[in-house]
Amino acid sequence: MSSKTSDRIATGIFVTIAVIIISLLIGLFYFILVNGVKQISIDFLTKPSSNLLAGGGIRDQIFNSFYVLIITMIITVPLGLGGGIYMAEYAKPGKVTDFIRVCVEVLASFPSIVIGMFGLLMFVTLTGWGYTILGGALALTVFNLPVMVRVSEDAIRSVPRDIKEASLGLGITHWHTIKTILLPSAFPSILTGAILAAGRVFGEAAALLFTAGLSTPRLDYSDWNPFSSTSPLNIFRPAETLAVHIWSVNTQGLIPDVKEVANGSAAVLVISVLIFNLLARGIGSLVHKKMTASK
Amino acid sequence: MAVSTKDKPVSVQPIQKEQILKVNNLEIFYGEKRAVNGISMDIDKKGITALIGPSGCGKSTFLRSINRMNDLIPGARAEGEILYEDVNLLSKDVNVVALRKEIGMVFQKPNPFPKSIYNNITHALKFSGIRKKSKLDEIVEESLRKAALWDEVKDRLHKSALSLSGGQQQRLCIARTIAMKPAVMLLDEPSSALDPISNAKVEELILELKKDYSIIIVTHNMQQASRISDKTAFFLSGDLIEYDITENVFTNPSEKKTEEYISGRFG
Amino acid sequence: MEKVVPAKDRLLKSKKSWMDGEVRGRILVFLSAIIMIAATISITIFIGQKGLQAFINNGVSLIEFLTSKIWDPTNQKNPVYGALPFIFGSFAVTFLAALVAAPLGIGAAIFMTEIAPSWGRKVLQPVIELLVGIPSVVYGFIGLTVLVPFIRDHVGGLGFSLLSGMIVLSVMILPTITTIATDAMATIPKALREGSYALGATRWQTIRKVLIPAAMPSLLTAIVLGMARAFGEALAVQMVIGNVSKFPHSILDASGTLTTIITLNMGNTTFGSVDNNVLWSMGLILLVISFVFILIIRYLSARRKI
Repeated sequence: MSSKTSDRIATGIFVTIAVIIISLLIGLFYFILVNGVKQISIDFLTKPSSNLLAGGGIRDQIFNSFYVLIITMIITVPLGLGGGIYMAEYAKPGKVTDFIRVCVEVLASFPSIVIGMFGLLMFVTLTGWGYTILGGALALTVFNLPVMVRVSEDAIRSVPRDIKEASLGLGITHWHTIKTILLPSAFPSILTGAILAAGRVFGEAAALLFTAGLSTPRLDYSDWNPFSSTSPLNIFRPAETLAVHIWSVNTQGLIPDVKEVANGSAAVLVISVLIFNLLARGIGSLVHKKMTASK
Repeated sequence: MAVSTKDKPVSVQPIQKEQILKVNNLEIFYGEKRAVNGISMDIDKKGITALIGPSGCGKSTFLRSINRMNDLIPGARAEGEILYEDVNLLSKDVNVVALRKEIGMVFQKPNPFPKSIYNNITHALKFSGIRKKSKLDEIVEESLRKAALWDEVKDRLHKSALSLSGGQQQRLCIARTIAMKPAVMLLDEPSSALDPISNAKVEELILELKKDYSIIIVTHNMQQASRISDKTAFFLSGDLIEYDITENVFTNPSEKKTEEYISGRFG
Repeated sequence: MEKVVPAKDRLLKSKKSWMDGEVRGRILVFLSAIIMIAATISITIFIGQKGLQAFINNGVSLIEFLTSKIWDPTNQKNPVYGALPFIFGSFAVTFLAALVAAPLGIGAAIFMTEIAPSWGRKVLQPVIELLVGIPSVVYGFIGLTVLVPFIRDHVGGLGFSLLSGMIVLSVMILPTITTIATDAMATIPKALREGSYALGATRWQTIRKVLIPAAMPSLLTAIVLGMARAFGEALAVQMVIGNVSKFPHSILDASGTLTTIITLNMGNTTFGSVDNNVLWSMGLILLVISFVFILIIRYLSARRKI
């Protein structure tokens, strides 16, 4: 076979691979959206789920997913930002810094089920809380923290050095420079990264099985007292999220309309994650434009 | 420079001495590598001292050591003395933040903050405790006027500083340094990144500023050094080769190397 | 008259710190860094300690746990805790997934950087990002409702099989491999390419003889990271693999993995019992393997030439 022919064959194969991947994505989205969107109705989105009967909705699961996400981000963002600032601005090259870097890497590579097991040990058994939203959020924090640290470190490092020098050269302290010059400049990238991370947290289930649980108590949405046991805002109640719900109806569900509920839930989940992605892109470029606007 | 304000708790002491900085046997290292080899020189108060020499001769390193900007570079360290009113600026006990307020710096590339023109100037002022709007307005106008930028930007103070041209940005950076009322201004090739017209404006401005400030300027441009400076120091491979009144250095250098450099035989 | 403060008082550090904000900030970021260290260490210690209990407190034999093919914890007289089928299942499904995803991922990377550098990346990059965005339970669900019946009807067996697990996982790790491989290919210096073309090599010869060898350590890193992800994935695999405790003999056999058995049984066993403790031992294996993956990645990145 001449080298020309093999070159052509190889090119053909690479193009085929690209086509396969693109069709894969189209197929997946077609399946999720076509099967799922027809299940989505106001009724489906606003009714509580049923354990035995057909026709249940996913109201509580949707609420739980967003609520767990918000609590997770409230804990993760400051911690991740702090870690990122430390790595970008304070860490001196050496053993300690290397060790922290290894920790971030290790933390990022832990299987989420192992993080769930750790959560079960720490936030469910040891604290005696049982399955709670807070426990789930803390487990997700462990899962999400390395991502936030990396995002913030990269964002701060990519701020031009000369702006930092300008600020220090004017007699401004390091911390004040970080707060008023570096962070505002790094903000768009940090925000984009945080929203993408949020999408990942939103779809995560394995770390929540053993920490936030597989059930939701009866909720009273008119009860806004976060300490009341029926309040949706109570962080010490169990909460099944949307992603966990998809898993549990498929593997342990007794309802007759498993497929319909799962299809609808999957569509809601994927659409939400898509919205996160679009938001991340949109907000990122918008803020970026605003900050570097030349007019 | 004896002008001070009530809001600024600390004022710069007028000193009668002719010299503002005394450098004694200064050595600067990057890790193992020595970048400046034991130089000694005195810097005049209220004048322009130009540092010239080929790239890598140690002139910028020296400049950056005066207000301790080299602290930012891992592995950089300095030995010897830079005396400023009897305080050795290289001492560990020096509060670099206070030091940098008194010895300001303007960098090679214009580096305004991605904020409005107004906030570029007030950023450091607010940090040093000046909060009153009227006072801030006053300082902004005063420093922009001194930097010969006021007329060009007075109608758009709250627009982004990045909307200015390169030359305007550099004058804004100078204005921002003036606003801190420093005693010494260090200029690190302040016009090398600018077009000839902006360059001329910045030079004009520097000449104007020497009435109030002691200025040390690093430059690659020998015409610039001869046009604006009172004294010139020629650096080569970390050594101070010649330091004299500018006219002498350019017309009648005492060292052969200086002559060769000035006549363009190397560098 | 203004007050004249001597330079010493202006410039030297005083005890009464001007750095209050500075110190506070520093403490905040140090705390964050410490929390990361604490999290990593405490996970390792907690899982390690809990994972060893089965062997220390309950007298389960470590040898039996690692080598026995029989998993029979409910046997009243003589329970056997052989985790080998699950360990094998985890490795099998991971390697099989890598076998499919590695050529596809690296091929896609080459397509984006070498075949169609101008538009290939613009088209494939968003596709890859969207694939990352799909949550793993959704992959599992689609595997369960589409793939499993398809294999049952057209290939054979129950449908719940290593094959299904392999396919689901390979789609899931494809983006990981593609992204890192693309970065690796993109950082190869242009001169290398031009040198090869200048010698009259075709594009394929250049890719095969120059570019792939140059990027090899990074490409391997991409594959190992993908495998690490596959090894730790729980729910998607659990939904399609069949979850039996028997040793699989064919790719169409149902199987089980460490993650799936943990997922299924953690809630059904009593905390502290032998049956429960052996699950923690499996968690410990997952942890150890994820450390091994990191060591391999560190080794590879030390060898990186580009």
